[in-house]
Amino acid sequence: MNFNFEEWYGFEIGTWSKEINVRSFIKHNYTPYDGNEEFLVGPTQNTTDLWEQVLDLTRQEREAGGVLDMDTNVISTITSHAPGYLNKEKETIVGFQTDKPFKRALMPYGGIRMAEKACKDNGYEIDPTIKEFFTTHRKTHNAGVFDAYTPEMRACRSSHIITGLPDAYGRGRIIGDYRRVALYGVDRLIKDKMEQKETTRSAMYSQVIRDREELSEQIRALEDLKEMALSYGYDISRPAKDTKEAIQWLYFGYLAAVKEQNGAAMSLGRTSTFLDIYAERDLKNDVFTEAQIQEMIDHFIMKLRLIKFARTPEYNSLFSGDPQWVTESIAGVAIDGRHLVTKMSYRYLHTLENLGAAPEPNLTVLWSTKLPENFKRFCARLSIETSSIQYENDDLMRFTHGDDYAIACCVSSMRVGKEMQFFGARANLAKCLLYAINGGVDEISGKQIAPEYRPITSEYLDYDEVIKRYDEMMKWLAGVYVNTLNIIHYMHDKYCYEKIQMALHDKKVTRWFATGIAGLSVVADSLSAIKYAKVKVIRNEQGIATDYEVEGDFPKYGNDDDRVDSIAYNVVHRFMEHIRKNHTYRDSIPTTSILTITSNVVYGKNTGATPDGRKKGEAFAPGANPMHRRDTHGAVASLASVAKLPFIDAQDGISNTFSIIPGALGKDDRIFSGDIDLDCISGGCASPTLFEGLDRE
Amino acid sequence: MDGFVHSLESFGTVDGPGIRFVVFLQGCPLRCLYCHNPDTWEKGKGNRISADELLREYDKNRDFYKRGGITVTGGEPLLQLDFVTELFEKAKKKGIHTCLDTSGITFSKSSEKALAGFDRLLECTDLVMLDIKHIDPEDHMKLTGADNRNVLSFAEYLEEKGKPFWVRHVIVDGWTNKKEELVRLGRYLAGFTCLKALDVIPYHTMGEAKYESLGIDYPLKGVEATTVASAVKAKSYIMEGLRDERLRIRK
Repeated sequence: MNFNFEEWYGFEIGTWSKEINVRSFIKHNYTPYDGNEEFLVGPTQNTTDLWEQVLDLTRQEREAGGVLDMDTNVISTITSHAPGYLNKEKETIVGFQTDKPFKRALMPYGGIRMAEKACKDNGYEIDPTIKEFFTTHRKTHNAGVFDAYTPEMRACRSSHIITGLPDAYGRGRIIGDYRRVALYGVDRLIKDKMEQKETTRSAMYSQVIRDREELSEQIRALEDLKEMALSYGYDISRPAKDTKEAIQWLYFGYLAAVKEQNGAAMSLGRTSTFLDIYAERDLKNDVFTEAQIQEMIDHFIMKLRLIKFARTPEYNSLFSGDPQWVTESIAGVAIDGRHLVTKMSYRYLHTLENLGAAPEPNLTVLWSTKLPENFKRFCARLSIETSSIQYENDDLMRFTHGDDYAIACCVSSMRVGKEMQFFGARANLAKCLLYAINGGVDEISGKQIAPEYRPITSEYLDYDEVIKRYDEMMKWLAGVYVNTLNIIHYMHDKYCYEKIQMALHDKKVTRWFATGIAGLSVVADSLSAIKYAKVKVIRNEQGIATDYEVEGDFPKYGNDDDRVDSIAYNVVHRFMEHIRKNHTYRDSIPTTSILTITSNVVYGKNTGATPDGRKKGEAFAPGANPMHRRDTHGAVASLASVAKLPFIDAQDGISNTFSIIPGALGKDDRIFSGDIDLDCISGGCASPTLFEGLDRE
Repeated sequence: MDGFVHSLESFGTVDGPGIRFVVFLQGCPLRCLYCHNPDTWEKGKGNRISADELLREYDKNRDFYKRGGITVTGGEPLLQLDFVTELFEKAKKKGIHTCLDTSGITFSKSSEKALAGFDRLLECTDLVMLDIKHIDPEDHMKLTGADNRNVLSFAEYLEEKGKPFWVRHVIVDGWTNKKEELVRLGRYLAGFTCLKALDVIPYHTMGEAKYESLGIDYPLKGVEATTVASAVKAKSYIMEGLRDERLRIRK
């Protein structure tokens, strides 16, 4: 069926006009931009005024100890709050999670205790009737999970061999295709969902019943979305007619999601090139000027910077701060060979100049060698000036995820509106190695956590013996880990379902079952030490190995040395093979990630000494990083070690957190004069610019 | 043949154009007071590595070096001239950009044979980074333990051969930051058409720890690191000399 809305004037029609298919719309209508940043404009007075207001509120929030205001008696839903504004007269893009900026919403569906504690720790008390309601009458995700956990799962949880599980908070990591709201309008999306519901199978076995129930929830969420937008004075039942509406419609979609879910990572998707199509049309037809469009983007980004959730200090210490992971994926290359850089890619990044540097939204450039040179330069300059851009390898991810994927959180890639992820935190593979040595006894608590396998009793560790035991222990760990996650995601779907986000997905969604690995470089170096040096075991009175003495040198991960890099490769591959042996909830496809960016400190704290010489409690390296100071051959060698890890086994992402002092990134052009052309100077060139170039400071 | 290699850096961004694979060779005849690599001084130490092995290391990550190449520094690479020549000749066969970072201190035109060796090296060298430590021969002696005749003569040789080169000059408070000396350096450089860049490097004290671990007294104890601002000023003096002299030549 062909739809044709008047709001679509000037657009080239295609598959997208017959079905919900934003990617097709982009392919048919976007304009790649190869030029430089000269067209960009600075902030308007309104933007500057609003941003000053935000800075003032931020200061107040800091002075108040990190939280300015919290809702304690209204349960957050898409329609729970009246409209909120900074300054209604000046805002071109509107909408807050609650009825005013900087007020954090109450979201108890993930777990009432966490919601209560988040309030308490910040000096607020939730309404006792709400607590009573969610304890006695309405079950939460958290309560469901603990009803089903086995004693073994609880033990693994408290010994920290599995950590950070989303069993008491929202799992997040799902990206709704918020662009659909703008392109199709909500009524068209509801119609689509109703058709989906009509066409489910008619034999009522549990999957079909669940599908039908979820589709009904999704339709209700879409109705709520319209109602929420209407409270701000916008009728989003129809498609957006111009750039301003497109941004606003899209933002309402996202806003509904963050009103409904306090998820660990609430990412935005891949919206800039989509919006550029509207901007190009409006510029061509003199609907808006460049300054107006930039202003709307500045205001939109400002809103994204103000997404806030109620969280506990423990949560914040695990994630080092109070991150929302509003990740937006920019640029990349299309399957047809064209790059996806548009003027809007520039405008998004330009907000770092108009509003100043900021960690959120997490602006992520999907980097390809094929991106236009001008854009690469622009990114490089902004990176140097603001340190606020994340880069990811599009050439790698495009191969498995096509050209309309986006990043959730920091590295998890998924096709927008077509794939979602079950976030699965991390298994501590370094601790697992210690369990292999100690026969399943925890090296810190002395408790039997894993099955009572035979411990290693020799004075010096034998590589073959350790590897064999380690593989067995990984197999056990993978089993208990996957099953724990199965419970978590079952309960999350049941008690804390992401209605609006899933309403902005296709009917048939590919689900990734994400797992994660912590401590990879510790394991690789430990095994390398056992293989290439001599590792003596120090045991306590109970016979538990609690420390190790390394005699001699050994190859260390992070130096592009195949002897140890192949060990790291094998650990990832073997662990993933064990993961794959298990049943995963809802036909999801298992994958893993090696990407702790901040929680590596906490994981290290809960892990005893390891055979690589790392002391008890010492932090792990983040993600797939080499251990601190063990990579001695420079950045390329360090990156090369990481690059050898099998992406096909770790499709949820591999991270290498890498800091460098600016001076080590190249010459400071204040003291370096390149391109001296004395031939030109002495030959009396007409232009004196070379002299000026020489003098430039 | 094997070279005596002190260490390798896979991500060199300050030793020549682009991202470079940097080979630090062992051994140096100079004893510059501000040297931050005293562990490279002693000859005949280090890892023995062949040119082929180095190029294998390079090849592993060559994608990173597309716009860069290989830089040989030290120590003083000219002490292992034959090895560097072999490395660069093999690198050139693979189309790799080659850069030699040197003080030029071993250069001499005294024998035909020695000169032929330098000729051969220059043929496979795309860029030379010449470290002129001081323009005044006596001060050069005080600063490095040798005068600068060979250094300047090497610069002239590069000009004669038409070999593009950069000049590097380290700024140390009380040693190399006098205005008249910097202007003089600039005037000297004005005659070189092959000079492609001037790299003024502020002295830093990060080498001090190495002296301690080697049990050597740190010669510049108490001298503060040069600020970027004074390096900028120093550069402007060199440029001033260079420009004035250039204009004078033109007239």
